[in-house]
Amino acid sequence: MAELVAELAIARGELVVEAELRCPPGITCVMGPSGSGKSTILAALAGLAVPERGRIAVGDAIWFDRSRGIDVPVHERSLAYVFQGLALFPHMTAMHNVMYGMRHVVTVDRPAKARALLDQLGVGHLADRKPRTFSGGEAQRVALARALGRAPKLVLLDEPFSALDRELRAQLCGLVRELAGQLGVPIVHVTHSVAEARQLADRVIRIAKGKVVAAGAPADVLAGPIELE
Amino acid sequence: MTWAPLFLSLQIATIAMLISVVLGTALSVLLAWKRLPLPDLFSALVSAPLVLPPTVLGYYLLVSLGPHSLIGRAWHAVFGADIAFSFTGAVIAATVGSLPLVIGAVRVGLDAVEPNLIAAARTLGASPVRVLATVTLPLAAPGIVAGAMLGFARALGDYGMTQMLASVQFDGLFGIKNTSPASIFVYDELAALREGTARSMALATTVLGIVLLFIANRLTRRLGRG
Repeated sequence: MAELVAELAIARGELVVEAELRCPPGITCVMGPSGSGKSTILAALAGLAVPERGRIAVGDAIWFDRSRGIDVPVHERSLAYVFQGLALFPHMTAMHNVMYGMRHVVTVDRPAKARALLDQLGVGHLADRKPRTFSGGEAQRVALARALGRAPKLVLLDEPFSALDRELRAQLCGLVRELAGQLGVPIVHVTHSVAEARQLADRVIRIAKGKVVAAGAPADVLAGPIELE
Repeated sequence: MTWAPLFLSLQIATIAMLISVVLGTALSVLLAWKRLPLPDLFSALVSAPLVLPPTVLGYYLLVSLGPHSLIGRAWHAVFGADIAFSFTGAVIAATVGSLPLVIGAVRVGLDAVEPNLIAAARTLGASPVRVLATVTLPLAAPGIVAGAMLGFARALGDYGMTQMLASVQFDGLFGIKNTSPASIFVYDELAALREGTARSMALATTVLGIVLLFIANRLTRRLGRG
């Protein structure tokens, strides 16, 4: 099973993020206050931001190694990224959004696979509709289906449930747990919510001011009162 | 009265608009990708037609494309015709005037595309060219259409540069023979004291321009709604 191993040093404005991450298959929740560098870490893992130093590897595949001059372009990293605002393509239907990342699938098979993913996530009825007509929860499910359509080796979730109410959030957490079991790849889930981390995480990493301050099992890292702000 | 000048102007404006949209979109994308050297200087150069008197621009075009210029002579050697005082010259004059307006509108359109959508496309395995073709340009379409509309209107209404580079009668496309663009025609008719034909051509150009702008506006709004 491929594990994500990353050592990163990256500056974003005033903040200098220096972090070592080890994320085995399953869900790793990255927690920390606003501005602590969580999204910067995700951007670096995805290749959307270039670290000044470090190394990123998923299993045997090295995506970034500053010392060896390796920097695999974003589109060649086999990953799925669910953005905070979801970033569904507004000019495409749900079906076309999901098929967008399916370049590895033979063209004629894409519609059936995309439809199956949408059905699996309970939004098959939205296949021919565009994102502006989706509710918050529906948009989340379509975004997850699109991410899964990529058949990724790493999944990055940047606070995808932050705009949802508690009930919907609980439903989607259950769904992500189920998907994590099926995918068998590392899922890095950035969240502010301790409850969400307790419900989802196999492992928790806490970040403060760009540094890892705790990492381990949820029972250890989330024991006692947690102050994130 | 002949409507050939109006059809000639429409032909010139349509071709100038198409060239401006292709060239303007390509240059705007290169500017957005920071692939052009000295981008500020480049922006100033392509915007210059907005601030320079049309006669000054026409003078530069005449000097650089006229029969005695290097480009003019090379063109003549290849095609056996002159650029200046021809359909080609009129199209170039109209394109130079349109290009800054097209670039301005396309850049606004490109800037309006959410960076997260581009990032999402990249993380879904799309190469930069595929991102451009499938996400960036479709979402910037309202800006591109608005640019085309402005470019067409500017080309249809050009007088100064056309006067300098194409103020004679020449042939157009599809059987348009030996006439001048509508803007020049109106002036020439007034100068010859034929106010009736000048008025008819002026009114026809005005109505046509407004109708086309109206259609383009509706199209832009529809594209903007997605």
